[in-house]
Amino acid sequence: MEKHDFKQVLQHTPFHVRVEELSLMKSWSPWNGYQVARVFDTLAAEYFAVRSSCTVFDVTPMEKYRIKGPDALDFLNRLVTRDVSKLKPGRVTYVAWCNDEGRVLDDGTIFHLGDDGYRLCAQHHQLDWLMISSLGFDVSIEEETHDVAALSVQGPTSYSVLCAAGISGLEELKPFGILNTKIDDVDVMVSRTGFTGDLGYEVWVDPRHGITLWDAIFSVKERGLYDIKPIGLDALEMVRIEAGFIMPGDDFITAETAVRADHDRSPFELGLEWAVSFDKPYYTGRRALELEKSQPAKRRLVKLSVEGNKEPTDSFLYDAKNGQRIGAIKTNIWSPILKSNLAMADIDYKNGEAPTEIWAEIYYQKELEWKSTWARCEISDKPFWSNKRRSQTPPNRV
Amino acid sequence: MTNKTIIIIGGGHNGLVCATYLAKEGHNVTVLEARDKLGGSASKHVFAEGYHVAGLAHVIHPLNPKIVKELGLKIKKGAAIDTISLSEDGNHLILGKDSVKGGNLSADDIAAYKDFKKEFRKYAKALEPLTINKPPRLKDMDNKDKFTLAKIGWSLRFGLGTSSMREFLRVGGINIYDVLNEVIDDPQLKGAIAADAVIGHHMGPRTPTTVLTYLNRLRGETYGPPTLPQAVGDHFVEVMIKAATMAGVHIEKGARVKRIIVNDGKAGGVELTSGEERIADMVISNADAKTTFLDLVGAAEMDAMFAQRINTTRTNGTVAKLHFALNKLPEIEGLSNGEMSQRLIVAPDMRYVEHAFNHAKYGEYSEKPVLEITFPTLADPSLAPDGHHVMSVSASFAPYSIKGGWDQSRSVFSHKVLSLIEKYAPGISSHVVASEILTPKDIEQQFNVTGGHWHHGELTIDQSFMMRPVHGTAQYNTPIDGLFLCGASAHPGGGITGIPGHNAAKRILSMKGGE
Ligand SMILES: Cc1cc2nc3c(=O)[nH]c(=O)nc-3n(C[C@H](O)[C@H](O)[C@H](O)COP(=O)(O)OP(=O)(O)OC[C@H]3O[C@@H](n4cnc5c(N)ncnc54)[C@H](O)[C@@H]3O)c2cc1C
Repeated sequence: MEKHDFKQVLQHTPFHVRVEELSLMKSWSPWNGYQVARVFDTLAAEYFAVRSSCTVFDVTPMEKYRIKGPDALDFLNRLVTRDVSKLKPGRVTYVAWCNDEGRVLDDGTIFHLGDDGYRLCAQHHQLDWLMISSLGFDVSIEEETHDVAALSVQGPTSYSVLCAAGISGLEELKPFGILNTKIDDVDVMVSRTGFTGDLGYEVWVDPRHGITLWDAIFSVKERGLYDIKPIGLDALEMVRIEAGFIMPGDDFITAETAVRADHDRSPFELGLEWAVSFDKPYYTGRRALELEKSQPAKRRLVKLSVEGNKEPTDSFLYDAKNGQRIGAIKTNIWSPILKSNLAMADIDYKNGEAPTEIWAEIYYQKELEWKSTWARCEISDKPFWSNKRRSQTPPNRV
Repeated sequence: MTNKTIIIIGGGHNGLVCATYLAKEGHNVTVLEARDKLGGSASKHVFAEGYHVAGLAHVIHPLNPKIVKELGLKIKKGAAIDTISLSEDGNHLILGKDSVKGGNLSADDIAAYKDFKKEFRKYAKALEPLTINKPPRLKDMDNKDKFTLAKIGWSLRFGLGTSSMREFLRVGGINIYDVLNEVIDDPQLKGAIAADAVIGHHMGPRTPTTVLTYLNRLRGETYGPPTLPQAVGDHFVEVMIKAATMAGVHIEKGARVKRIIVNDGKAGGVELTSGEERIADMVISNADAKTTFLDLVGAAEMDAMFAQRINTTRTNGTVAKLHFALNKLPEIEGLSNGEMSQRLIVAPDMRYVEHAFNHAKYGEYSEKPVLEITFPTLADPSLAPDGHHVMSVSASFAPYSIKGGWDQSRSVFSHKVLSLIEKYAPGISSHVVASEILTPKDIEQQFNVTGGHWHHGELTIDQSFMMRPVHGTAQYNTPIDGLFLCGASAHPGGGITGIPGHNAAKRILSMKGGE
């Protein structure tokens, strides 16, 4: 009989034996109840691997739900702010969803799995909200977080690596497309999705065959064909900010966890206006969002590049040096590729307009002595970093 | 507000009140009632050929006097009745408005009853500003809300005076069991009052908030004494129908609404089960909140949490209504013929009532139910063939859902009720020529009330005032523009009062340009 080790608070993903072997730093983080690597060897090496070769990131802990039944699509369309009524089988779409007040609960992706229904991936646990939302719909909702393992294979050579690993049919796969195929006789689902803004795939597999998938991918490296690097959460954080993806819970407080009034955020305030539709049947939060839309914008989560080389971690933002406080930095990184400080920042609008000038007051240490300085900031409407590889079909074999 | 085409779903008494107010202001109002008669739970009911009762509601207080006056309702006053708490030894207790006699009462208890009733009627009166107005919102109050709050504050503080107000605040949230134990000794007297506090609710005397439910009941007494409703011609529903018709309300019976049409978040009319569509500027629902939102609007048209709140309101009824056709008026030992026409109850003490309720908690009917018995034929002989009578019984507790389902328990429970009455009226069973039992399940089906609940939903604190039926739709308007509630599931709840219908109409009439 299998004995439960009560000292083991965090679960291991099916890939853990391999991850453990490759982890030199033994630096771990909890993620949705799983133990995941933050850094394998050095952050810089992992970061550059994403941008220059091929990396593997274990995304098993991501919350996953299977939604089936005659009303599954109507249910999803009532759940999310985007119009997903035209989502085709074999396609994936990004979505966010709100509470009654039009405040964002979470974001994620919907996979149309054809006859197998839909998979909703979320950052945070959503089962209770999905159950609440299912009233009046003929759907079944099952959590499948622990029943599906996944590896995110990202980087300029990811296509070449997966082809070399024996996956066929990838050349046709467009961004946000799904391919059901096999690797070493194991059924896998490949989606052209990811969190890096670069060419990349996510490979989904039955946890029992997780190791087969891992080994098939890494065999490409062993055969000396391409370098492949496992990466941890820290490298992912860098590339997702470069790519301009928001992270619920880090860049903003989700509506479910916000305690104070007005601390939660609407999709408009998060810059997700493009994922809000008023051209579809009613969905949760719509009335509130319509009202918000008719009023001047109060604030926005923006992509901000910050001058200089001092990291603006947690900095307050002002409309001038020593001016009025207008916001704060939520998350930030130093981008080695762009040679710039990049941040997600929450800023107040005045009369519906973004401030014309933004300054960060940065506190930093020099040999344990605190200093402060001012840095000019610039809002970036586009992702800081993007590459046309991301959407090229078929991708270049390199 | 200029003339609007308005559809009212349901011709219960509240629907009729609301319709009349709106029609009087020149609106074009149509009432669509699913059943073939009007009045909802107050409508005349035939339970065997030739035998009728005036309605599920068999003991009524006057409607709110403001409504009676404003709508010019000429309702014939029935004879005022007392409550008689039956005792197996024939030494019954007779409870009047302020006086009580019979039983084994001490002089202290007789005085205590008088003081208690006076004090509690004062509380009920003090709450009146909250009753006859829309409940104030907690956020974004309008001037009317502020005025209501000011009035209620004034009424509690100065209407009651310091010591009464302190006492009111003390007892407001506790249970009737503790309060009665403080002021009265006689078990039977306490049982009779406690029964009033819990009837229609999923509550026993020890349940918190039973002081508030008792006050809710006493509100009727502040309008006038209880009566048995008249049935023929003078039935108050007939009077209401006349007033409605005179005001220009168009009434259709046998018109069941299947769906409320919602376009872009606004109610635009209704679809009947016949498939026919009716266009309207405004739709007002006398149906309960669950029926209105979950069945007629549909959860998909609403925000998920709002639908969830509606779905989780407690609406399971606890009272079964039993009707017996008798070939002879039974005799109850110790009661004169005149006393037979009063409201008779079986609630010998508070423990009895609490024990009866215990069963309901576990999905069982009461082994020894609390009964409210009337002989409506004594007020209106035309309800039965010559010389015959009907007996109308509200039996608590008969929960909506019971273990094993009602089909196998309906006749057992009916039998239990009759044998309990037999103890006080020996031989009554042999005079029964026909009978019917309506469990909350039956009431749900036949009267179109979710859960068959007396109040269209429990009157607990969390489902009262600005949270009735739930917050987000507590001022008669709803999240759907142009859709309103006007029935018992809205503030201040059920009973024959006309107040939800009145408040809804006033709310709608006070809106500027549709708001
Ligand atoms: C067993 C029992 C005993 C009671 N005894 C008493 C008593 O003695 N004294 C007292 O004061 N109160 C009593 N009550 C309470 C009282 O009867 C109700 O609270 C009151 O009748 C509610 O009035 P209303 O107009 O709001 O709703 P209702 O009377 O329920 O009327 C609602 C109407 O809407 C109609 N409707 C619903 N859905 C649709 C649809 N889809 N399309 C068209 N029409 C629809 C229904 O058919 C019904 O006619 C009792 C209640 C019960 C259940």
